[in-house]
Amino acid sequence: MALFDVSGYKSHSELRGQILGTGVGHLIDRPNQQFSVPVGVDPSGFLKSCSREGGVSIDLNHGTTTLAFTFRHGVIVAVDSRASAGSYIASKEANKVIEINPYLLGTMSGSAADCQYWERLLGKECRLYKLRNKQRISVSAASKLLCNMMLGYRGMGLSMGSMIVGWDNKGPGLYYVDDNATRLSGRMFSTGCGSSYAYGVIDSGYREDMTVEEAYELGRRGITHATHRDAYSGGVVNLYHMQEDGWIKVCKEDVSELIHRYRKGMF
Amino acid sequence: MEYLIGIQGQDFVLVAADNIAANSIIQMKQDQDKMFKLSDKILLLCVGEAGDTVQFAEYIQKNIQLYKMRNGYELSPKAAANFTRKNLADYLRSRTPYHVNLLLAGFDETDGPGLYYMDHLSALAKAPFAAHGYGAYLTLSILDRYYRPDLTRDEAVDLLKKCIEELNKRFILNLPSFSVRLIDKEGIHDLEKLMPVGAK
Repeated sequence: MALFDVSGYKSHSELRGQILGTGVGHLIDRPNQQFSVPVGVDPSGFLKSCSREGGVSIDLNHGTTTLAFTFRHGVIVAVDSRASAGSYIASKEANKVIEINPYLLGTMSGSAADCQYWERLLGKECRLYKLRNKQRISVSAASKLLCNMMLGYRGMGLSMGSMIVGWDNKGPGLYYVDDNATRLSGRMFSTGCGSSYAYGVIDSGYREDMTVEEAYELGRRGITHATHRDAYSGGVVNLYHMQEDGWIKVCKEDVSELIHRYRKGMF
Repeated sequence: MEYLIGIQGQDFVLVAADNIAANSIIQMKQDQDKMFKLSDKILLLCVGEAGDTVQFAEYIQKNIQLYKMRNGYELSPKAAANFTRKNLADYLRSRTPYHVNLLLAGFDETDGPGLYYMDHLSALAKAPFAAHGYGAYLTLSILDRYYRPDLTRDEAVDLLKKCIEELNKRFILNLPSFSVRLIDKEGIHDLEKLMPVGAK
């Protein structure tokens, strides 16, 4: 294909022939990484077999609520902190926001391992971009890098729903990227199994001209109400505010305390 | 869940697509543009599996642009449609097929307007009108009943409105807005977004 030739990308079969000879291995080419995988491996089938009831069960960490929205004074990012493995709470203070650089944040939902690995790799790529080009990477480009990493592993059982939040020359940026290489730019997203509850609260309470304090409260409320209803979300609310000169960590509050504070309006 | 429609007139093609990007039961984005500009007079409308749609459409878009850079002239709509179909076909029996449904609409200097229907099994058909999605089950018969080859631009927009009103009435899912574009010998024109009454 035309683009294929121009990009300098070596064809999968060409490289395999040169390095390994025929019938030995299965090389997955990527510009950044090369993973040697034994012949006949099927990652998604393997994962399915591990989730069977009654036997050895590897339950991927899926339970989360994360949310982010833009408003007049920047972008608010709020996440919960419960890491669940099936019905077991593996950690009540997991860190679901990765601080890529002072101007870029990434949130994590889905499989904790996948999120941590790929977002840290994204961090490395952003740093390399800055070293090569002498300017910070844009939010759009960073999210596209992550999206293309996901594309390379299409159909292999990755599980990641992430929001890339930043402030660049074009202003505040918010992108949603997930494991099937969906990439959406928008003003409000929520991910994880508690996301529907969070959407309910933030959709009904959102105004573009909110004050900063009102926006913090909306982010807190979104996570708190989602953790109240969703069994797989909980712990503390980690709240970040992306401003023009970088992000700040606003607060870290326990949801059980927050929900008691809100009780008067609820029951 | 998603909906695409195309209507060819004597010297134009009218196309419309819904604006919702959804993830299971949640609407993630309400202003998603599902039309990709392949060249000054060719649009590719693309729906299907999450991720595949944008990736495949952007891949075709960049290759069409590369062809122009290399050869100094653009592919015709017919050539672009066949190129797209060949790519779909090549990937169909690979480990990673692209599950996308497409409409390609274009205007050629010599052949005039053209609308090409393609599906995820890499079928290709040139048609006077076409639709994709569950909405097609409700609207193809309307197109059969009221379509004429000599439709004017306004008549075509009215026919499109009829289809969208039917979706608003009978389709179980709420599709509040549709992007509409028209291609003629002058190029691609953005028309007013259609928002059926009674929806948000």
